[in-house]
Amino acid sequence: MRLHTMRGSSLAVLACAVAGSLALSACATTGDSGSGDGASTDDSDKRTLARGLDAATNPDPFPSTYRGLPRENMAIVGGTVFTGAGQKIENGVVIVTDGKVASVGDASTAVPAGYRVVDARGRFVTPGIIDVHSHLGVYPSPGVTGMSDGNEATSPNTAQVWAEHSLWPQDPGFNTARAGGVTTLQILPGSANLFGGRGVTVRNVPSVTMQGMKMPGAPYGVKMACGENPSRVYGGRNQSPATGMGNMAGYRAAFIAAQDYRAKWDKWREDGEGSPPTRNLQNETIAGVLDGSILVQNHCYRADEMAQMIDLSREFGFKITAFHHAVEAYKVAPLLAREGICADMWTGWWGFKMEALDAVEANAALVDAPAGSCAVIHSDDAELTQRLNQEAAAGLAAGRRMGMTISEERAISWITLNPARSLGIADQTGSLEAGKRADVVVWSANPFSVYARADQVFIDGALTFDRMNPAYQPVSDFELGQPGFGLSAATVPQGAR
Amino acid sequence: MRLKSLILGAACMAALSTPAFAQSLTAITGGRVLTGTSVIENGTVVIQNGRVVSVGTGVAPSGARIIDARGKVVAPGFVAVDSGLGGIEVSSVGGSDDLRNGANSISASFDVSYGLDPWSFTLPVARLGGITRAIVVPNHAGGGGGGHAHDDSDFAGVGHAGYQSPSLFAGQAAIIHLAQGTDILVKPRVAMVAPFGEAGAGIVGGARGAQFTQFKETLAEVRLYARNKGAYDRAGLRDLSLSRADLEALIPVANGSMPLIVTVRRAADIQQVLRLAREEGVRIILDGAEEGWLIADQIAAANVPVLLNPLANLPGNLETRAARLQNATVLDAAGVVIAIKGNEGSVHRARETRYNAGNAVSHGLPYEAAIEAITVNPARIFGMAGQFGELRAGAAADVVIWSGDPLEPLSNAETIFIGGAEQAPTSRQFLLRDRYRDGGEGALPPAYTR
Repeated sequence: MRLHTMRGSSLAVLACAVAGSLALSACATTGDSGSGDGASTDDSDKRTLARGLDAATNPDPFPSTYRGLPRENMAIVGGTVFTGAGQKIENGVVIVTDGKVASVGDASTAVPAGYRVVDARGRFVTPGIIDVHSHLGVYPSPGVTGMSDGNEATSPNTAQVWAEHSLWPQDPGFNTARAGGVTTLQILPGSANLFGGRGVTVRNVPSVTMQGMKMPGAPYGVKMACGENPSRVYGGRNQSPATGMGNMAGYRAAFIAAQDYRAKWDKWREDGEGSPPTRNLQNETIAGVLDGSILVQNHCYRADEMAQMIDLSREFGFKITAFHHAVEAYKVAPLLAREGICADMWTGWWGFKMEALDAVEANAALVDAPAGSCAVIHSDDAELTQRLNQEAAAGLAAGRRMGMTISEERAISWITLNPARSLGIADQTGSLEAGKRADVVVWSANPFSVYARADQVFIDGALTFDRMNPAYQPVSDFELGQPGFGLSAATVPQGAR
Repeated sequence: MRLKSLILGAACMAALSTPAFAQSLTAITGGRVLTGTSVIENGTVVIQNGRVVSVGTGVAPSGARIIDARGKVVAPGFVAVDSGLGGIEVSSVGGSDDLRNGANSISASFDVSYGLDPWSFTLPVARLGGITRAIVVPNHAGGGGGGHAHDDSDFAGVGHAGYQSPSLFAGQAAIIHLAQGTDILVKPRVAMVAPFGEAGAGIVGGARGAQFTQFKETLAEVRLYARNKGAYDRAGLRDLSLSRADLEALIPVANGSMPLIVTVRRAADIQQVLRLAREEGVRIILDGAEEGWLIADQIAAANVPVLLNPLANLPGNLETRAARLQNATVLDAAGVVIAIKGNEGSVHRARETRYNAGNAVSHGLPYEAAIEAITVNPARIFGMAGQFGELRAGAAADVVIWSGDPLEPLSNAETIFIGGAEQAPTSRQFLLRDRYRDGGEGALPPAYTR
């Protein structure tokens, strides 16, 4: 859905299509009010509400203004290319035209005239890393009083809040993540609530505004949380949910309310009788889950809880896109593959609470094994996001240690193509394949080595970070003039921080 | 004289608590040997009776069990510092956390060694990451890096931001080994822990100036008590703010015989702490020191070692605005003795210590210095030089044979000796992993697989 590229009536038509169950006539009536001015002239004025009262008239109220940084056509030549889609090409060539991957091939691939040549001999080339679970900007550095905006822990259902409204673009963590090769992130609310709110997918470019980072055409996700966190937070206040069964009752009540809300809108759009439903942002988000336009990003550690959530999704007719922090995913790997649900995992984190007790380092390898699987390595952390390649390496090593045969070109998909699938953006990025956004990292060495550094990071074909060139090592406003600013910490090319 | 007996005592303690070490003569041959201070290609490491007999390029002694390490790397076991190993089982389960002390009358005297659990399932996991010894510290605030700082992490580790010890002193650290057996304690009460900076100031009401004043006043009381124990017992001494147990525990700190691990992050605070240590005659070890690189020369001149996490490069709060991944590199270059920590309090993620060392290397730290920072330096810093943390004659036979460079995630610890005893290369996690290796959808439920 590339909502940002549509204007006027096409926007409203698309919104109708997204809403799913609307009659064509109802769609047509809102066609002219896509700008939200409410100036409709046909019979159905009564169905044209005051500005902001009907979500369908403006389904993208905080639109992306992302334009990309200045770019030039280029060819990255001579490196070992991991495409992210399973191929490894020695002495490969990646051709980038107008910010898109034009072609990827071996040394015989012709470089068009006038293209800048990036010499990657002796180095490695991968798609940009995608972190599906980040709190950069919403739990920024510094995490001090006044800066903790990630968890609206005031009610177990806060589906109405949007992480993008908390996102502080000056978080220095965006810069350090980019220096680790991260080009796309999903910024999620915290996990105190059953419904934590909407996440937002961003391009990892420096920006004064959230909108300047927001990824055009990326679907929204809603953060849901299973397990210990909601029941601990609300149980601790002597309020529901205090238990796992309370969690489940809470989800069900919310989906019942959202189904009801959706039906009321559908009915009103169809027959136009009576007062329109009052817009409710909480139900609106969950209704988006029901119509498939908003992806479920479900914090869920335990295998048994994943199976419960899958049944819940059947009860109400929605799809779970990904389980996050899925430390027990390996216990139900075939089930997840059959259901087409991504498992977003760490390699090394375990033991910090009971639901994290059974984490194994081989989780990603085991989840990856069945056909149709979607194994993802994620961070949830401003430090780990800088080294997702190493976290994938540790997971790869753990799989090999137990006798599994896993190639590096396969394992790289855990931090590139599979996370793109987990965010519903695999048609746009996540692999070096013709037509996709040219999100590319040139590594100093094999990215599965602890010594590899991201030398150059391209986003939509634009150089956004260069470890050797201070002109391409952005610092946020917060970092300016702080202790240590401007001092070189060592006589080595340092990149960000 | 007194110092000598102290060291002797420590040596005896180490020997006594090394469990069931192998008596047999074993030679590890053909590997790339990292001794901790040097590299020997095609080296031979001979161990017997729990200790290293020789390290060199000679042939294996006759009658020895030969372990062929050609193509592999032989290294000393790594030493986790600022660790919670053996003291915390599941971070969020308070009853399994014996490093978190909330008692007001027991602060400096809090001794973590009583809460250690040789059967902890954290130990085999760390061991598979090449960790064979650890400096276990009481829970204390500060000392960031490698942690996760939001709602999923309120309780992890021994150095997290949310926790505050009730007094200026968090308690006393212990040295453990990670061998299978019934006793992991190598040496109790090897150092005192005290948070400074924001965390320390918070204990006395929020201002750093108050904490420094109270710290000095406390040491004065300790010295008064030490000179007048008889009067104290007759209630003939003025009221002192600490319990008797705490006063006793602080005597070795006040007289400089027990090091004080000072958790401190901001450069300005490090300077103040260095001055305080000089004025009070206290021997300190800096912990955290994220902004240390700004004043590396001062730290080096004070001859103060540093425990650090090289990954700490974000301004988690206003004390760490100068945090940089090159901190380890700059401090080492200035001549500071550094030890590299694991992540998140080095309990469950102690095994990542080697990756942290690798990341320091990729940010400029010489490889040899990175190895030292996880082997010989921790031993030196905690008074155990020559006893473990390096492959040299007489040291404990903590030897790990790696499939490749131990700092690389793709390398595995294949064979592990601790105190000469070969350790089973498994863990609870491996059992879980193997139970589900075929997807867990067999005719019988996974519960029938061991």
